[in-house]
Amino acid sequence: MCTYLTEKLAIEGSGKGAAGWFGLTEATVYFDHPQHARADHTLNIDFLNPGQGPSARVAVELTAASARALAAAIESALASAPPGLA
Amino acid sequence: MGHTMKDAMMAEAISITGHGGDRIEAYLARPLGPGPYGGVVVIHHMPGYDEGSKEITRKFAAHGYLAICPNLHYREAPGASPDDASAASRAQGGVPDDRLVGDVAGAVAYLRAMPASNGKAGTIGYCSGGRQSFLAACSLALDAAVDCYGAFVIGSPPEGMTLKVVPIAHLARDLSCPLLGLFGADDSYPAPDEVAELDKILTKAGKPHEFHIYAGAGHAFFAVNRPSYRPEAATDGWQKIWDFYGRYLAG
Repeated sequence: MCTYLTEKLAIEGSGKGAAGWFGLTEATVYFDHPQHARADHTLNIDFLNPGQGPSARVAVELTAASARALAAAIESALASAPPGLA
Repeated sequence: MGHTMKDAMMAEAISITGHGGDRIEAYLARPLGPGPYGGVVVIHHMPGYDEGSKEITRKFAAHGYLAICPNLHYREAPGASPDDASAASRAQGGVPDDRLVGDVAGAVAYLRAMPASNGKAGTIGYCSGGRQSFLAACSLALDAAVDCYGAFVIGSPPEGMTLKVVPIAHLARDLSCPLLGLFGADDSYPAPDEVAELDKILTKAGKPHEFHIYAGAGHAFFAVNRPSYRPEAATDGWQKIWDFYGRYLAG
């Protein structure tokens, strides 16, 4: 199926794309068909900087299990940072 | 010599006039014979104006149709790779319906103006393009339309979507041509009950249509490079398309 569902958020940070590092301004998160991963559906994240054009993009396509594990790992890493840092 | 020339074709990226007079990119594939040939506008899926969409466009030319696939994401990302263009389009809410109709109208006008055209033109769309094929056929004077598993013709998308997609079944009364619908029984978008409802609406409106729902197939069963590919459904589906276009577009 084509879910069309797209979460969009403003972000701050940097990503490394095909042309090197660039500043990130937004991300889209959606569970839909992948471009490349060998699965019917994947959790896809696009890290973007529209101001630098559509190719300023870092993309990942993760299986649902991988995406949940990643989300947990992110929370865990942030939680274990020294107080006041994260 | 004459025999070997029969299936010669040309395929290339061109520029056409789309919605609002914008110049957009399109992929044109055409037989090199004198015609007359029917025309097909291929409406690509959400992943964009990609290799698979161009391959489908060439397939129509190989079967004796003038075929064109407009790059619906061109404005957001001229010259970008199809996946980046698709991501940019998605982040901006997707392809607006009025712009889609204008771009398909431009592609149809281009086909009908070709010297080898028989004056007839139809559409085919996959995934989001299935809904857009129906939308185009309700908005423009066409000769045939094919909807391959287009979601949200019936039924609203879930709340909170970035994409601005609205149901369009109420346009059925304006459908200008016969409609062929090809769906998977295991698909949820569109679900079989939504397909049945659209079938009912078209019947009530007196609109010629034929729907086929394939058992053992889900969404995107035509996509040969994806795990969703279902050879039996796709092979039969292609045959249905050749029969349908043969009746309404060919010659």
